[in-house]
Amino acid sequence: MNVQANKWIGQRTIRPDGADKVTGRAAYAADTTMPGMIWGKILRSPHPHACIRSIDTSKAEALPGVKAVMTARDLVDFPIDKSVMLGIQDMRWMCRNVMAREKALFAGHPVAAVAATSEAIASEALKLIEVEYEVLPWVIDVEEAMKPDAPILHDHIQFEGKPSNIAGKLEHKLGDVEAGFAAAEVVVERSFRTKPVHQGYIEPHACLVSVLPDGKTTIWSSSQGQFMVRAMCAHLTGLPQNDIRAIQAEIGGGFGGKTIIYLEPVALVLARKSGRPVKMAMTREEVFRASGPTSGSYSTVRIGATRDGRILAAKGTFYLQAGALPGSPIRGAAGCAFAPYDIPNVHSLGFDVVSNRSKVAAYRAPGAPIGAYAVECVLDELAEALKMDPLQLRLKNAARQGTKAAHGPTYPRIGFEETIQAALEHPHYRAPLGPNQGRGVASGFWFNAGGESSAQVNITEDGNVVVTTGHPDIGGSRASTANITAELLGIDYRKVSVLIGDTSTIGFSNLTGGSRVTYASAMVVTQSTEKVIRTLCERAAKIWKIDPDAVVWEDGEARPAGDNAGQFPPLTLAQIAARASETGGPIGAGVQLNTTGAEGGFATHICDVEVDPELGTVRVLRYTSFQDVGRAIHPSYVEGQMQGGVAQGIGWALSEEYIYDKQGRVDNPSFLDYRMPVCSDLPMLDTVIIEVPNPKHPQGVRGVGEVPLVPPLAAVANAIHDALGHRFYSLPMSPPKVLAVLEPADA
Amino acid sequence: MTDIRYLAPRTLDEAVGAFAAARGAARILAGGTDLLVQMRAGAVRPGLIVDIKRIAEMTSIEETADGGFRIGAAVSGAVLGEHPRFGQVWPGVLEAVNLIGSTQVQGRASPGGNLCNASPAGDSVPAMIAADAVVTVQGPDGRRQMPVAAVPAGPGRTNLAPGEILVSFTLPPRPRGAGDAYLRMIPRTEMDIAVVGCGVNLTLRDGTCTAARVGLGAVAPTVLLVGEAGKALVGSRLDAAAIEAAAAACRAACRPIDDKRGTIAYRTRIAGVLLKRTVGIAADRAGRA
Amino acid sequence: MAKLHVSTTINGEPTEFLCEPSQSMLDVLRGPLGLTGSKEGCGSGDCGACTITLDGRLVCSCLVLAAEAQDREIRTIEGMAEGDRLHPLQQKFLEMAALQCGICTPGVLMAARTLLEQNPDPTETEARFWLAGNLCRCTGYDKIIRAVLDTAAEMREAAR
Repeated sequence: MNVQANKWIGQRTIRPDGADKVTGRAAYAADTTMPGMIWGKILRSPHPHACIRSIDTSKAEALPGVKAVMTARDLVDFPIDKSVMLGIQDMRWMCRNVMAREKALFAGHPVAAVAATSEAIASEALKLIEVEYEVLPWVIDVEEAMKPDAPILHDHIQFEGKPSNIAGKLEHKLGDVEAGFAAAEVVVERSFRTKPVHQGYIEPHACLVSVLPDGKTTIWSSSQGQFMVRAMCAHLTGLPQNDIRAIQAEIGGGFGGKTIIYLEPVALVLARKSGRPVKMAMTREEVFRASGPTSGSYSTVRIGATRDGRILAAKGTFYLQAGALPGSPIRGAAGCAFAPYDIPNVHSLGFDVVSNRSKVAAYRAPGAPIGAYAVECVLDELAEALKMDPLQLRLKNAARQGTKAAHGPTYPRIGFEETIQAALEHPHYRAPLGPNQGRGVASGFWFNAGGESSAQVNITEDGNVVVTTGHPDIGGSRASTANITAELLGIDYRKVSVLIGDTSTIGFSNLTGGSRVTYASAMVVTQSTEKVIRTLCERAAKIWKIDPDAVVWEDGEARPAGDNAGQFPPLTLAQIAARASETGGPIGAGVQLNTTGAEGGFATHICDVEVDPELGTVRVLRYTSFQDVGRAIHPSYVEGQMQGGVAQGIGWALSEEYIYDKQGRVDNPSFLDYRMPVCSDLPMLDTVIIEVPNPKHPQGVRGVGEVPLVPPLAAVANAIHDALGHRFYSLPMSPPKVLAVLEPADA
Repeated sequence: MTDIRYLAPRTLDEAVGAFAAARGAARILAGGTDLLVQMRAGAVRPGLIVDIKRIAEMTSIEETADGGFRIGAAVSGAVLGEHPRFGQVWPGVLEAVNLIGSTQVQGRASPGGNLCNASPAGDSVPAMIAADAVVTVQGPDGRRQMPVAAVPAGPGRTNLAPGEILVSFTLPPRPRGAGDAYLRMIPRTEMDIAVVGCGVNLTLRDGTCTAARVGLGAVAPTVLLVGEAGKALVGSRLDAAAIEAAAAACRAACRPIDDKRGTIAYRTRIAGVLLKRTVGIAADRAGRA
Repeated sequence: MAKLHVSTTINGEPTEFLCEPSQSMLDVLRGPLGLTGSKEGCGSGDCGACTITLDGRLVCSCLVLAAEAQDREIRTIEGMAEGDRLHPLQQKFLEMAALQCGICTPGVLMAARTLLEQNPDPTETEARFWLAGNLCRCTGYDKIIRAVLDTAAEMREAAR
């Protein structure tokens, strides 16, 4: 597509759902009611690890106002030793995450639920449920969980022939890493620790579910995929998918944390049992205790290079906390860590380690920030040892077209070098720094993703356009869809409405996640719109009584072409739409695809910090991110993704962490003490969009949302090193930790 | 489910009467920024909520004839900040009050609530103690006065007698050459609870410190008046040695805990750092040459 | 449980409601009054998504008892646009993409409006500290701050 000629692609149009959201009218998960609705609440385990001996719900059931009580017995039982995969999620884990079966595996693990006519009665009823626990030894930390005497969470899981908390392993190998290190002249090896961090969406999980006596079920909830909600609820409750209509509420942030379900099947069972619509909403405390977060980690990275800065070998070992049930993002950590670089010999290992904390959920480029943090910090030390500019070191080793990556692919045209080059040439990289200030750089990679998407493009009788897709719009994707449709049809984007269909009104569409939505929906929307355009040309041909091949669509109208050029006045979309009935019926087209060809995204970040050496506080003064996005369909929302990811990364680097008390419970389950960056913590977050079009996509899109969270942890750490001369190998770099390094207690 | 009553009396006598009659089952509602959070968490379940914000004396600010101030216990931080004179006379107290929570919390939170919540980390308390503020309390047996430092008894507990309500703060008139300041350490720039808070109030005459009081928060079960730190400053010209001695006194006074917000070692070290910085600001305000 | 009868004014409309004595203003707005534009992100005053004004004063409605609304004036996000005319801040937020998921947006807009009413020419730092009680996880605040400062400039220009 000729970028220069684009009228709408690349424009900062107003999002179709904008007015809805600035007026407070947009309906999120908790904003809807149904007649006769009652309230569901969940009883959670106070213990991090305990066998559930018995649950007596009789007193709760007897409380006036209580309409239903449920436990794990009311959900489909998936045997713990038999995998049942749905996408990347295993239903035997999912069913146990939704409600504890044999054991409570973390403090906050659901063990029962009630529905009552008021929230207050539901809360009272929870206190009447008697659970007999046999409390077991527990373990939270990833390194503790791998010790020989650690409490074992799942007896059937074995590693190297013994019961273990190591539930999985992933390995990428390229070349001969030992030979590579043997040839290297400079080798740096370091170990790193990160804490679990939460996605931090402002909207707590919530849903409203109605089940009719014939089983017809309506689920209103906010998630990153209504089809995921439908499929998982069908699995866990035994209902057929055609009986479940999952309606996508507006979603108040997800960042991966809403790619799985928590409340929906519980509310469904309660609704089925009570015969009443059931509403459930987590408190913020429940969100922190029992949803998300992403893994904490322990990583070791070793990189070897020649004296002139050519990297010969790299080895990484990444142990990730899965939480109570297997499934940590080791693919992101082990796969993305070395992906930006052309390294002949790589050995990258990821280990999935269970422990007694809430099961991790995806978080923006799942696992990749953990891997990149270690690798990019080691590269900074390597550059120091080589007396090389850290960006020049990266440029010298940058992956490019034809590079074979350890995680599998040989890259097509990618834009990593361009991000480094842009950073090198940016004034930020040369701006002077004051005392106690420092500058750090880091790069990052994410796979990006295609997958299943569906779209329907319909022409209204008055010649406007309604586009329906199946992806929850989490950050402005409707605007991108409107831009693309308007561009292709050659009409004003305001003539295009974009809706998110529910599971009964649009075809299967996979999750909003993995930086896939604009990529994949652009493909199905493009093909649908192209079909519509063909139909419009056929209708014009019919009206003109000429061959359809002799009609072209230009600037929003059908024009006779070839021999017929100029023979008839052009027909606008409105004119053709007005005659749709007589020319063959309604005009519209749908396309469903399993999209492929999403190519990797790369970014390079520059971060300036200032450290208060007496207090240990670190403030980010300036931040610029450079990212190859392929093509920015709507630059404002591309920049917004970049800025949002950076802000989350700064929080991860400096202030966010899960803190556990001596009883194995989360000690900071509130926005007060789980310290996400507030407005006054951050500077403006500058962005440089780089567009190296993806040759496999009609608009050249690659994907945007994940990559921005990959480099910041190391960019901040490297900046602090530049300011202080000290390196930090553990996140968050909170004031006490910084001060402890600057002024050891015995000094 | 207990039956909760809500009362918004117009007079203090009415409030004290209802509060005392409830015999400990009642809670005072000023800004509510602690009470509502505690109620929601199930930490408190009052039988009676006495909203004192419709009582004129509790919500007014008065500059007394001698140049002091009387501040109603339920005056919000935002209202105090808008007073034309208070912030000029007591900038340290005002900045401490205005550090409590967000803009939204400032619309509600009061120095009275901050003191009676009895958190060792309450921001306004070290500054009030440094200012030598006195509170007026009223109970079934009438009114009495007590220094601010005497109000907290421990985390979440006060020395108010059953049925007593905190009515107002009285801040003394300012001599020439007086200045105060408050600084706190928080990991973020806003929205955090103080890891350490330090209030300093001092008077300079011809460059020599003639009076100094230091309040230190979040380093002990209650906010401390660090007498030794004041003593170290008085008589000095606020030279480095005197300030270091005062910082050492602050560190020595610390009896902190390790918790999710800070460690013993960190809090102790920071107490000295904040003392030095706060003295510097207070001295500048006192007109240090 | 004895309910309280409260007479108040919401977005200029005289309004009456019944509430429980311990019920928050947010619960009443979102429940019986159906004004779900104010969001609950935390229920503890830490996120600002439920921001309203009470007698012109910015507050978290989760930290206000509904009973306190008696004889007071409340403004919520639902009253920000006048008829079909968006407030300049609302318009600017759309033009500058100062929202992504939108859940924090009502609270941010309420807080920003009060800022500009009190300080028509805020510095970036003033705006950032004023809005520090409004958590946003999507935007990194960059476009929010730019939109607030741009709106302020336009409103000053319009007032000249």
